[in-house]
Amino acid sequence: MAFIEISGLRKVYGTHEVLKGIDLQVERHQVVSLIGASGSGKSTLLRCLNALEPINAGQISIDGDVVSGPGVDQNRLRRKVGMVFQAFNLFPHMSVEENIMAGPMRLLGETRDAARDQARTLLDRVQLGHRAEYYPDQLSGGQQQRVAIVRAIAMRPEALLLDEITSALDPELVAEVLSIVRNLAQDGMTMFLATHEMQFAREVSDMVVFLEQGTLLERGPPEQIFGDPREPRTRQFLKQIIEAGRL
Amino acid sequence: MTPARAAPAGLSPPPPSLGLALAGLSVGAAALLLIAIVGGAVRAGVSDPGLHGLASVVFYLCLAGGALTLWLGVRSLSLALESRSEVARGEILKARALAARARDSATIVFGLTAALLVGFFLVQLILFNDGRIQRTFLRWDLMTQSAADVALAFLVNIKLALIAQALVMVLGLFLAVARLTPGRAGAPVRFLAIAYIDLFRAIPAIIVLYLIGFGLPLTGLPFVNRVSSQWFAIIALTLTYSAYVAEIYRSGIDSIHPSQWSAARSLGFSFSQTLRYFILPQAVRIVIPPLLGAFIGLQKDTSLVNVIGTMDAFNQAKFYAAQNYNLSAVLVVAILFVIITIPQTRFVDWMLARSLEKRRQR
Repeated sequence: MAFIEISGLRKVYGTHEVLKGIDLQVERHQVVSLIGASGSGKSTLLRCLNALEPINAGQISIDGDVVSGPGVDQNRLRRKVGMVFQAFNLFPHMSVEENIMAGPMRLLGETRDAARDQARTLLDRVQLGHRAEYYPDQLSGGQQQRVAIVRAIAMRPEALLLDEITSALDPELVAEVLSIVRNLAQDGMTMFLATHEMQFAREVSDMVVFLEQGTLLERGPPEQIFGDPREPRTRQFLKQIIEAGRL
Repeated sequence: MTPARAAPAGLSPPPPSLGLALAGLSVGAAALLLIAIVGGAVRAGVSDPGLHGLASVVFYLCLAGGALTLWLGVRSLSLALESRSEVARGEILKARALAARARDSATIVFGLTAALLVGFFLVQLILFNDGRIQRTFLRWDLMTQSAADVALAFLVNIKLALIAQALVMVLGLFLAVARLTPGRAGAPVRFLAIAYIDLFRAIPAIIVLYLIGFGLPLTGLPFVNRVSSQWFAIIALTLTYSAYVAEIYRSGIDSIHPSQWSAARSLGFSFSQTLRYFILPQAVRIVIPPLLGAFIGLQKDTSLVNVIGTMDAFNQAKFYAAQNYNLSAVLVVAILFVIITIPQTRFVDWMLARSLEKRRQR
C-alpha cells in the first residue's frame, strides 16, 4: 500500500464540481508536482489532503490510516501533514521565532527552550537566524515564505503540502525559496507541490501530475510529462507555458 | 494690457490670485468690523465688574485676531498685485510663486476668520444680555461651592464604570465567542447569544436600569434584599453594554483574514486553540479604539443611575441645582466627565502609536 492513497476524491462547491474523482498513489519520500491551469483544482486537492476542505466522496489514506470521513481527528492528521501557503500566512502579532515555536510548544508539548533551540537551528539552516526576533511585516516576501516553511517543518511532519509558494514572490526572491524546497527533497521529505515553476518541477519531482478542470488528465515522470506528453491538452498547456517564457 | 503676449511661449500663466486676495481682504475687514460692533455692544451691556473685565479681555483679543486677518488680507492683495506686475515683465515663474503665496494668505484668512468668529460668538453668547447665560450655567461661586461634594459623588460614577467595564469585557467576549460557536451543536448557543445581543441593544439603558433597580427589589427574593442600588446599576450597565461590546469583538474577529485560520488549523491547532492563540490576540488589538468608544459611553451612562436613587455626581449636582435654582453645579459634572474622558482617548492613541512604533523599531 502506498504512503498516501487518494481514491475517487470528489469535491463540490455548491453546484460547481472542483475535483471530479481523483485517484493518486504516492510513496514515502516522493516529490509530486501538481501542474495545470488556474482553477484546475490544484489548491483544492492540497486543502483536501490537509482536511481544510471536507470532501464529498472518495477516500484519502495516509500511512495505512484512512484520514477522510467523519470521526477523524483532523488536528492529529494536520500535525502529520504540514502546509505552506501562497500568501505565507504568518501570524503578524508574533515574532518569527514565536511563529515557529507555537506549534511545537502548544501541540507537541515541548518546553519553550527546546522549541526555541529548534526554531533557531531551523532558521539558521535557511539563513534567517538573524531575523528570529523580527516581525513578519519587517521581512521580505522571500524571507516570510522561508519562515513559513520552517514553521511547517518545526512540527516534524511526515509530508508537506506546498500551495503555489512562489506565486506571490518577486522573481528575484523565488530562488531562495526553491532552494529550500530542493534541500527538503534531498532530505527525503514527502512533498506535494502545486506550482507554476515548471523548470523547478521538472528538476525536483519524482512524479508530475497534470490536472485539467478537476480531473487527473495525465501523470508520469517529469521527463515524460515535459518531454513527451501523451494528452493533447497537456501538450497545449505546456506550449502556452513555453510561449510565456516559463519553461 | 496684454501681458500673456510678453511671456515666452510655452510657459502657462500663474494661477489667478487677484480675486481670491480681494475676497480675503473683504472677509478680514468684515470680520474686524463685526467683532468691533457686536463685541462693543455686548461688553457695554455687562454690569458685573468681574465679567466686564473678562468681556474686555475677550473683546481686545478678538479685535487683535480680526486685525491679523485684515493684515493677511492686505498682504495677499499686495502679493497678487506684485504677481501681476511680474507677469507684465515676463517673469512668469516669479509671478507663479507670488500668486501661490497670495492664494495661501487669502485662504488662511478664510480659515482663521471662521475659527475666530465661532470662538467670538460662543463667548458673546455667554456674555450677551448682561451675562444671562453665564449666570444660569457658569456661576463661579456656586461651582466652587458644590465642587467638593460633586467630585466626591463622582467617585461613585468612577467605581460603577470601572466594575461594569471589567464585567463587560468578559461577558462581551463570552457572547462574541458564543456567537461564533461552530457546527450544528453550536446552533442553540449561537441563537441564545444573538437573541441576547439583539434584545439588550434594543432596550434603552435607562429602562434596563429602571427595571432592574426597582423591579428586582419588588420581587422580594431573599438574596436581592442584600444587594445595594449601586450593584443594581452595575448589573444593568453590564447587561446593556456587553451586548454592544460583543458586537465590537465579533467585528474584530471577523476582520482577521480567513488565511490566518487556515494557517493555524494546518499546523494542527483546534478551533478553540486557533481562536485563543491567533485570532483573538489580533482581534483585540483592532477593537481597542471602538472598545474605548463603548467604554466612554458606559462611563457617561453611569449618570443615569439617579433614576434608581443612587447618589452619584449628577444626583448630587441636581440637589445643588434645585437648592439654588441654578445649573452651575450640573456643569461641574459635565466638566468632570470631560476631564476623565479625554486622557483615556489620548492614552489609547498613545498606546496604539507605541505598539506600532515598537514593531517598526527593530
